Amino acid sequence: MQLTLSVSLTHYLVLSAILFGIGLFGVLVKKNAISVLICIELMLNAVNINFIAISKYVTPGDFIGQIFAIFVITVAAAEVGIGLAIIIAIYRNRLSVNLDEFDWLKW
Amino acid sequence: MGLVDSINWMAVAFYVLAAHIVVSALLVVCVRNIVHSVLWLAVCFVAMAGLFLTLDADFLAAVQVMVYAGAVCIMVVFGIMLIRRSDMGHSNLFNGQTKIAGGVVALVIVLCGALSARTQWLLSPNEVPAETVDNIATLLLSKYVIPFEVAALLLLVALIGAIILAKEVTVDATDSER
Repeated sequence: MQLTLSVSLTHYLVLSAILFGIGLFGVLVKKNAISVLICIELMLNAVNINFIAISKYVTPGDFIGQIFAIFVITVAAAEVGIGLAIIIAIYRNRLSVNLDEFDWLKW
Repeated sequence: MGLVDSINWMAVAFYVLAAHIVVSALLVVCVRNIVHSVLWLAVCFVAMAGLFLTLDADFLAAVQVMVYAGAVCIMVVFGIMLIRRSDMGHSNLFNGQTKIAGGVVALVIVLCGALSARTQWLLSPNEVPAETVDNIATLLLSKYVIPFEVAALLLLVALIGAIILAKEVTVDATDSER
């Protein structure tokens, strides 16, 4: 009995597309600002899967994709820190984290 | 050569980890309690570290566990605890755009999946070298040294910025806007 399971680059890209879609859905539909931040993290991780998969299958010796993924992780960590600080600062002024109420910049 | 030898264990690992990632990501979006949502996010990140191992990126798998599953999730939980709520059970609700967003997202997934399935990749026959950390370190400190230093500067700026933003407590912020 032969099981014909195999993994190719396309599998990783499709998984990454699904994960990016879930993250995008969360960003679009969530009310809580922190959960929008979490879903942005999911989208960045989907991008990381793409980088590393393409790095393995297309340019295995160059490590460009892995280095890019390291930079993405760095920027994502900085983004979470700043984002949480902004949300906490807004919460102090407004006593709310509901994104629909953050409309002072509306004309 | 039995049944055990004929199974492609890399493929099995991929499918198991992919199922974990997709299910936990869905739970991150759908769970109504935001603390549970962050815990499912940690599950998703650990499964993703396993996926990185199947892609021969062992250094990135370690970084993923340390930075994302360790630092980011804990930091988000701290952020949630600082923003006090009376009931955590309804802290992670949907707004009124669910149907439109679902349509857009389905379009994005189908388009990205179809395009990546149709693309003819110039696949390389080589394997990833076994010592990834040595190669990454050499590249980061020679060819990519300027982005490396800029990333360090970015982290410093983010650190100072987060402190200043979160520290800002004015006297009139407490009694106005109530």
